[in-house]
Amino acid sequence: MANKIARTKAREQEPLVRAANFDEVCYGFNMEEAQLEASRCLHCKNPRCVSACPVSIRIPDFIAKVLEGDVQGAAGIIAQDSSLPAVCGRVCPQENQCEGSCILGVKGESVAIGQLERFVADHSTAEAVVAPANGINVAVVGSGPAGLACASDLAKWGYDVTIFEALHKLGGVLQYGIPEFRLPKDKVLAREIDAVRALGVKFETDVVIGRTVTIVQLFDREGFKAVFVGTGAGLPRFMGIPGENLNGVFSANEFLTRNNLMKAFREDYLTPIRAGKKAIVVGGGNVAMDAARTALRLGAETHIVYRRTEKELPARREEVHHAVEEGIVFDMLTNPVEILGDENGNVRAVKCVKMELGEPDASGRRSPQPIPGSEFEIPAETVIMALGTSPNPLIASTTRGLEVNRKGCIVASEEGATSRPGVFAGGDTVSGAATVILAMGAGRKAAKAIDEYIKSL
Amino acid sequence: MFEIVTKKMLTPTICEMDVKAERLARAAQPGQFLIVRADEKGERIPLTISDYDAEKGTVTIVTQQIGASSADIVSYEPGESFADVVGPLGIPSDFVEMSPEELASQRYVFIAGGVGTAPVYPQARWLHERGVKVDVIIGARNKDLFIYTDKMATACDNLYLCTDDGSAGFHGVGTAMLEKLVAEGKSYTRCVAIGPMIMMKFATLTAMKLNIPVTVSLNTLMVDGTGMCGACRVSVGGKTRFACVEGPEFDGSLVDFDEAMRRQRMYLSEEKEAKENHVCRIGRGK
Repeated sequence: MANKIARTKAREQEPLVRAANFDEVCYGFNMEEAQLEASRCLHCKNPRCVSACPVSIRIPDFIAKVLEGDVQGAAGIIAQDSSLPAVCGRVCPQENQCEGSCILGVKGESVAIGQLERFVADHSTAEAVVAPANGINVAVVGSGPAGLACASDLAKWGYDVTIFEALHKLGGVLQYGIPEFRLPKDKVLAREIDAVRALGVKFETDVVIGRTVTIVQLFDREGFKAVFVGTGAGLPRFMGIPGENLNGVFSANEFLTRNNLMKAFREDYLTPIRAGKKAIVVGGGNVAMDAARTALRLGAETHIVYRRTEKELPARREEVHHAVEEGIVFDMLTNPVEILGDENGNVRAVKCVKMELGEPDASGRRSPQPIPGSEFEIPAETVIMALGTSPNPLIASTTRGLEVNRKGCIVASEEGATSRPGVFAGGDTVSGAATVILAMGAGRKAAKAIDEYIKSL
Repeated sequence: MFEIVTKKMLTPTICEMDVKAERLARAAQPGQFLIVRADEKGERIPLTISDYDAEKGTVTIVTQQIGASSADIVSYEPGESFADVVGPLGIPSDFVEMSPEELASQRYVFIAGGVGTAPVYPQARWLHERGVKVDVIIGARNKDLFIYTDKMATACDNLYLCTDDGSAGFHGVGTAMLEKLVAEGKSYTRCVAIGPMIMMKFATLTAMKLNIPVTVSLNTLMVDGTGMCGACRVSVGGKTRFACVEGPEFDGSLVDFDEAMRRQRMYLSEEKEAKENHVCRIGRGK
């Protein structure tokens, strides 16, 4: 029986070695490992993994090709539904999606679908079928996962797509947010973006839509027939506690952007960064794990401070596991109340209060309550706030008739249609901060809606 | 890539460049800034926009050589290109939105210090072209450090030069000149101070003493310049604001300048090290 074989574990860099470098943590499968793992798939008649995938990749079909040793064939099947398989194989929360619904997981361990997807993407060249050009211009704002997915589908159907990016490098959060050790930029991200370019998609960096050009001007001056807004959720939150503007307090966005986009970790780049001897990361999500593991690699003793318990950490299990292995200290049921500075305005400590979990609130989560009189200080030179992000208001504030909700998210239908005709939106800018794959799913749905909208004109 | 069309050294360390950036030149308004990244390994450096020409498709930047990154920018020659020039960023000066009636009732005085003189020029010119009363005070340590005096003379009603050492114009700082003008009977509805943070702090104190509403343009640290990182956060009226998207111009009377100056010095030790160890990469395969 195929499911008697244990799940194949991908090889990884030793924790204490990788804690001091920015090379990728996981080495991925080789052919032998991939085929062994592929042999575990039961090829269910109604594959639950496919319905659990936000872009509905035909998972058992591509796994069958891997088993045959036809990696290029497997890549062709994935390419029909995903334009970023090397990225998704690495950063998708598979445990909640495809792997989470794998029938093998009920009694044992699910098929390592993410690792197999990554293996296929890393060992093939993307080839996609592109329809003849139809000469219709569509603009995509933002080169993150939502924009890339939307642009890929439209380009395959023959549209002339231009992606506008505010930063100098492409990929959005994949470029500035996710660190090199989880998603190598040149080897993996640049390669996937090149595959999107090969579909005929054009890219313009250094264009801030809403400032350099407005959405209205894209229609009126530049001849675009539809616009997709995939600008993500890039605005950082702070706690609003005293001392937050001391030198040495960062948003996770700033800390990660300096390191990932601006390559502060490399000696040959001019970007400054300050990890200090000891860094405190506030928050418990994936971004907190990324920031903490980055600070650690820059040489800081790193603590994660979170107000609930380890059980409630919103980060992926795998990320938490990796962080613990690398030596990051988790201070749970702890909440900062003030950041303390020295005479020069540099951070010297974080004053925290101990928390306890109270009754479950409306969301079902037990809400943390401070324990009176439990204040204590943790000495630190660096504090990184990883408390979540919200959408940038720039597009909404410069596009008349574009409705946003109270949280600043663009209001869009399930298909991505906004309150303004011809303007579509999807990804974090609509949902608030979520995952790469959900953004890609939203981008694909919007591409379909844009195609229908343009055909209806 | 963004080509440098012209270059002129205004002082031994301050350089003016016209750079080809067509979309930016069409969209720029007084009070906004841009970000330059000279090459792949450079920082993203926020610079004020000193002029813009939609027809030629160029923007003018004035850079003072301070750290390693600004030295890199100054080292470029016409015909060469910067890797990135992005903008315009920030909110334009508030007078851009004023009605003609409102503008007609205004009497502006600008206090410009050092390299901050350059971004005053498009603001003064915009107002002067619309018939608004504009006086400009330019302060410098000595007469050799003035920039933009000839251009500025054509963009205002009265230009007052001040030097700390008395080598030209009024012997004293710009704020003393403002006090003198008001004592002589001039009255202003708005003071705009642009220059080093410390100069804007004292200009604000003087303007407040003279009961003139004061605007300052904050040159904070930034990375992306679009609201993503928060490196530029400043306390304004007790609230944290992002200078890149909510500024760069703020009501000076509400700005916590001491905090802003301290935050500007965040990487001073690192920058010093970078400058000392800096290996010039000019001619690196361009």
